[in-house]
Amino acid sequence: MYRYDELDQALVDQRVAEFRDQVRRYLAGELSEDEFRPLRLRNGLYIQRHAPMLRIAIPYGLLSSQQLGTLGAITRRYDRGYGHFTTRQNLQLNWPALADVPDLLAELARVQMHAIQTSGNCVRNVTADHMAGIAPDEIDDPRPYCEIIRQWATLHPEFTYLPRKFKIAVTGSPEDRAASEVHDIGLQLRRSAGAIGFTVRVGGGLGRAPMIGQVIREWLPLGELLGYLEAILRVYNLHGRRDNIHKARIKVLVKSLGIERFRDEVEREWAASRAHAPQLTPAEVERVRAFFRPQPYETLADCDATLGREAAFQAWYRYNTRPHRIPGYRAVLVSLKAHGAVPGDMTAAQMEGLADLAERASFGQVRSTHTQNLLLADVPQRALYELWRELTALGLAMPNIGTLTDMIACPGLDFCSLANAGTISVARQIQQRFDDLDYLYDLGEIEIKMSGCMNACGHHHVGHIGILGVDKHGEEWYQISLGGSANGFTALGEVIGPSVAQHEVAATLERIVETYREVREEGERFIDTVRRVGLTPFRERAYAAHPAAA
Amino acid sequence: MRHILRRRELVVDDWRYPGEEAAEGEPLIVPLAQLKDGLLQWQRRSGPLGARLGPVDLVEELVPLLPRLALVALEFPNPGDGRGYSQARLLRGRLGFRGELRAVGAGVRQDQAFLLTRCGFDSLEPAPGVDLEAVQRALKRYDVAYQPGAPQVELRRQRFEEPQVRTLRQ
Repeated sequence: MYRYDELDQALVDQRVAEFRDQVRRYLAGELSEDEFRPLRLRNGLYIQRHAPMLRIAIPYGLLSSQQLGTLGAITRRYDRGYGHFTTRQNLQLNWPALADVPDLLAELARVQMHAIQTSGNCVRNVTADHMAGIAPDEIDDPRPYCEIIRQWATLHPEFTYLPRKFKIAVTGSPEDRAASEVHDIGLQLRRSAGAIGFTVRVGGGLGRAPMIGQVIREWLPLGELLGYLEAILRVYNLHGRRDNIHKARIKVLVKSLGIERFRDEVEREWAASRAHAPQLTPAEVERVRAFFRPQPYETLADCDATLGREAAFQAWYRYNTRPHRIPGYRAVLVSLKAHGAVPGDMTAAQMEGLADLAERASFGQVRSTHTQNLLLADVPQRALYELWRELTALGLAMPNIGTLTDMIACPGLDFCSLANAGTISVARQIQQRFDDLDYLYDLGEIEIKMSGCMNACGHHHVGHIGILGVDKHGEEWYQISLGGSANGFTALGEVIGPSVAQHEVAATLERIVETYREVREEGERFIDTVRRVGLTPFRERAYAAHPAAA
Repeated sequence: MRHILRRRELVVDDWRYPGEEAAEGEPLIVPLAQLKDGLLQWQRRSGPLGARLGPVDLVEELVPLLPRLALVALEFPNPGDGRGYSQARLLRGRLGFRGELRAVGAGVRQDQAFLLTRCGFDSLEPAPGVDLEAVQRALKRYDVAYQPGAPQVELRRQRFEEPQVRTLRQ
């Protein structure tokens, strides 16, 4: 993985010093709340319901075991012994004291981490496919380009005060595991005549008025990457709306101009400013790429790790491991979706324990996924059984990846000051109702995505089943949508009807999936059934309090 | 008497705005709209001339005037409005403006100073009452950066460079 050089380290250290001074001025009364807000936001610090919330950047989801261990220690020392992994591969702490945050950041800087631009109207953490570098279908590893973009975007002199937040995702495989089509800019790696380049999409995003990104350029050569990003950002920075926060994302500008006119503007700006754009030299690409060379794999043969093992291991193997490019290896998804736990939450003991396991079994690296799980990317198949036992002891082996209870959920009303409704209690309700693993396995692949408000941090629009918390006369209600998807075939879900009361959510979901069980064809996934039969059968059944016995 | 920061130095501003007392031939900064209205009159005026643009103004409109302008002032009405950063980059980049580029307004504060100067501003005129020495100190917070930026900000290290700079150094 990438290691900081002296420049990277100096920049992060200087940012910590700057932020320490900003906190000092705020606490000394030299900065008002309004003056401090944009400064603290640009360093990931929100003021939430109970305490500040600090969002720590995990660039493209990659962590060393040392970093994960440090995060565990930090949550013990500055927080309440746990953290929350987000859909943007970051980690949120819910209880740090404002006065402690500079020290916390200094500890992060010692392990080459930071919270720069994890919130605020600037370029956010660049996200990538969690299977980067190991996916059998990969065109090229997206992480070197993510790292280059991270550096280019960090404290960018021109683009630190944009109209609104700006999210970039890079995917290196035909199967889009980074949801790149619902990002402000989505880059899809391409190879043409041996050269690397990108298909560039722009104007995707969830939140209010969700939109799927449109292609602005089919082929962008790698060497032109930064100049082209600057042209897009410059057009947006100058012409994006600043009068209405809800219309300030780039997707609104792209929609109002139309993709053709927006493209013309960008291409014109790109051509005119090319001589002044930051250069991405082959030498620099090579320097960064060298950090992402394949691991020193052993020469192994594929084996059947499940042979003669108990059913529980076999289920875990089937649901929580994935094929690897290298014979004899497997990728292991570490479920942060144990029933009874908050989706995406991880305790300090789990972080430290997993850091140790990664050190022993997966080249000392861990990845966070946009589905709020973690991944050990490079596990020898012969080590899987022992790993499973240790993950089980840590409470990290829930064999439910890809099933209904592997749901995405934002922190919701319990923590977030933007939320209209709780997500944690609803997640628990769903976990309780769908606690039978055989039933979950029979339902197969179903993605539930839940947000506590229309800002859509839980990506509800692109869930096979989307759940959106709404406030109805001071009560928490939930709107349900079906048919969304974000990988490969990006689609926005459609709301099935009136929202349901909180205590009705899991029961309504059960009626929906029961409908699926009745109308599905042999081997047909939930999402495919929804696409085939449409919403009507689900809608009719979802609201029937007492369905006729079939 | 107004103080500003020019090239990191605290100086008395020698420029005047319309409405302020200005002797014949004294440097004067005129808002873009006024400048466009009385173009000939302004071009005939003796003494240095500057233009003042708001965030919505298009810098391209300055192109015919640039040879006559010794200064361009860009407004930052609040710290969150970042349009002036791009306006500055355009002026310094493809429009090739080499005169004084000034950031003016309530959005010009110590926490923006480093980024502003890297976008090519060489003078900063914060709102009245702002501690200019604090702004001056803030310019020294960073000595490294990733992106190319104005050559007058001296950095110890920088990652990406502009192609023209590279050609010069080769």
